[in-house]
Amino acid sequence: MHDQIASYIATEILKDPQRLIANDEAIISSGLIDSFNLVDLALFIEETFNVRIDDAELTADVFDSIGELVALIQVRQTA
Amino acid sequence: METVHNLLRESYTICPERVAIVLQSQEADKSISYKELLDRAAAYALQFSQEGIKPGEPVILLLQHGQALIESFIGAIMHGAIPSIMPFLTEKLSPDRYSRSLKSLIEITKPAAIVTYPEFQEQVQQARFEGDSIRAVILFNEVNAAEAWEWDRLSGAQSKPSDVVLLQHSSGTTGLQKGVALSNQAVLQQIEAYARAIQMDSEDVVVSWLPLYHDMGLIAGFIMPLLIRAKLVLMSPFDWVRAPHRLLHSVTQYKGTISWLPNFAYNFSAKKIRDRDLENVDLSSWRAVINCSEPMRHESHLMFYERFQEFGLRREALATCYAMAENVFAVTQGGIEEPVNVEEIDRQALQKDGVALKNPEAAAKVKMVSAGRAIANTQVRIIDPRSRDLPDRHIGEIAIRGACLLEGYFNRPDLTEQAFVDGWYRTGDLGYMAEGELFVTGRQKELIIVGGKNIHPQDLEEIANAIHGAHPGRIVAFGVFNEEIGTEDIILVAESDLSQPDEKADLARRIRDSIAQNSDVTVKKVEVVEREWLIKTSSGKIARGANREKYLSSN
Repeated sequence: MHDQIASYIATEILKDPQRLIANDEAIISSGLIDSFNLVDLALFIEETFNVRIDDAELTADVFDSIGELVALIQVRQTA
Repeated sequence: METVHNLLRESYTICPERVAIVLQSQEADKSISYKELLDRAAAYALQFSQEGIKPGEPVILLLQHGQALIESFIGAIMHGAIPSIMPFLTEKLSPDRYSRSLKSLIEITKPAAIVTYPEFQEQVQQARFEGDSIRAVILFNEVNAAEAWEWDRLSGAQSKPSDVVLLQHSSGTTGLQKGVALSNQAVLQQIEAYARAIQMDSEDVVVSWLPLYHDMGLIAGFIMPLLIRAKLVLMSPFDWVRAPHRLLHSVTQYKGTISWLPNFAYNFSAKKIRDRDLENVDLSSWRAVINCSEPMRHESHLMFYERFQEFGLRREALATCYAMAENVFAVTQGGIEEPVNVEEIDRQALQKDGVALKNPEAAAKVKMVSAGRAIANTQVRIIDPRSRDLPDRHIGEIAIRGACLLEGYFNRPDLTEQAFVDGWYRTGDLGYMAEGELFVTGRQKELIIVGGKNIHPQDLEEIANAIHGAHPGRIVAFGVFNEEIGTEDIILVAESDLSQPDEKADLARRIRDSIAQNSDVTVKKVEVVEREWLIKTSSGKIARGANREKYLSSN
């Protein structure tokens, strides 16, 4: 799951497919993903993992790394 | 005597219970009447007075989009002080960089007071320096309700129409050094003429997510509805960007009639809203959706209309506007209750000869969107580099004159003088006139506009200069329009001695990350090039335009 998300961010958002993103690397508070791309990320997560992400959850307080995002998705998938 | 202060007072007397603003947040909507709003604002006015802030002195508001920001802004005007909003620190921006920007704002603007949050005091402290102008740091939670206050005793009652009523800044180090000072009469003249142009009255309902530190948000999305007594439904730009469908639901719920949007928002809304988020949306009340603050694209209007027509959006609702803080807001307006005029122009003649010809036979054509006609008290001219008038359909610099123009750049007589020629303000934008309508074709100055936000390339270059591995002074930033998103991408080209591809990629990432953390924007692409790649002007400066062309031809 990490690799799928990291690859999406690197390729589609950053347009830098070679870029590696660590599991605990800040992706929102660091500005790696800017606010215009947050909706894209949410749409990708919903389509790929078949879970719902609420608009209000698109903040660094809810998840700020791929690791935290994966945890959120896993909780949703088992719920 | 017409002043903003007096108009607010009139509303307080005539319609105290009327809803002025519906403030939307993650929680329930909050309706605020004129009486509630102005009573709270009066508390700020009294606080400024107690702190010894004098009329005519600037105060800086460091607050997030919300009630305290609105109340303190109005409170400053009621006191006769000059409010200026500095964009609040975002989660991605480095606090150090923010403090430095704040410091440069304090140095030039010389505020007498700052209004902020208790948790933000330290940030303010970091930006202060010995001998600065600040006499009070006012914490919003310590402003107590005003009891038994009177309009006559507020010092704003003595404001004159010619007095400066507010300051507007654009963002970044460069923008913060250029505060646009606007008088009461300029603001009121703008509102009168612009309301007439868009046929706006107190029955209208404005729905806005625009930030208040920007002219479109501050004037069109705050002051103008407030003074006209049209209900304003206001949400935060941070909430909107995460959930763009909210604007449409607010229009539905409150029967919104007017909104202003930067061009990218049309693409963003058309493409990023899920079908499930459009349930029960009804846009039939929307009579003017006005595209403003960055280059307007016909394609953006089309995609917006095609996506939302089944929800009641009318084609005639799409409108256009050319505006700038220096004219308070609007310069021209087009497409009110009629289709926006779109011309097909011969691309070659436009680029080669600077002439906009309607030639159906042309091999390549470009669609130009009209920005409409000048509002009543503003005149528009197209001039050549020697300030001579150009005929219709000839591209030149747009110059404006009229009753809404700025008093000057605050504490910057040097910049003010440069901006005017014989009483005409030179906008730095390029365009042509055709049968009384203005078409904006580009910019002479090297500003980048991203999502309606003005970005000065030198601010980004300065950030990149500090990155190890890049050659200081051998870096250039510019914007390239991206059709898909409807706004500009920022490209940065940096010279370096590094030759290994992985080293170059690493440098590019470090530059990108640093700009993300030290500015309001993110860079789309950083291109690392060998030494001597960048073109210099004859005076040895890096030529942004020429390097942009060189980059585009090699990519």
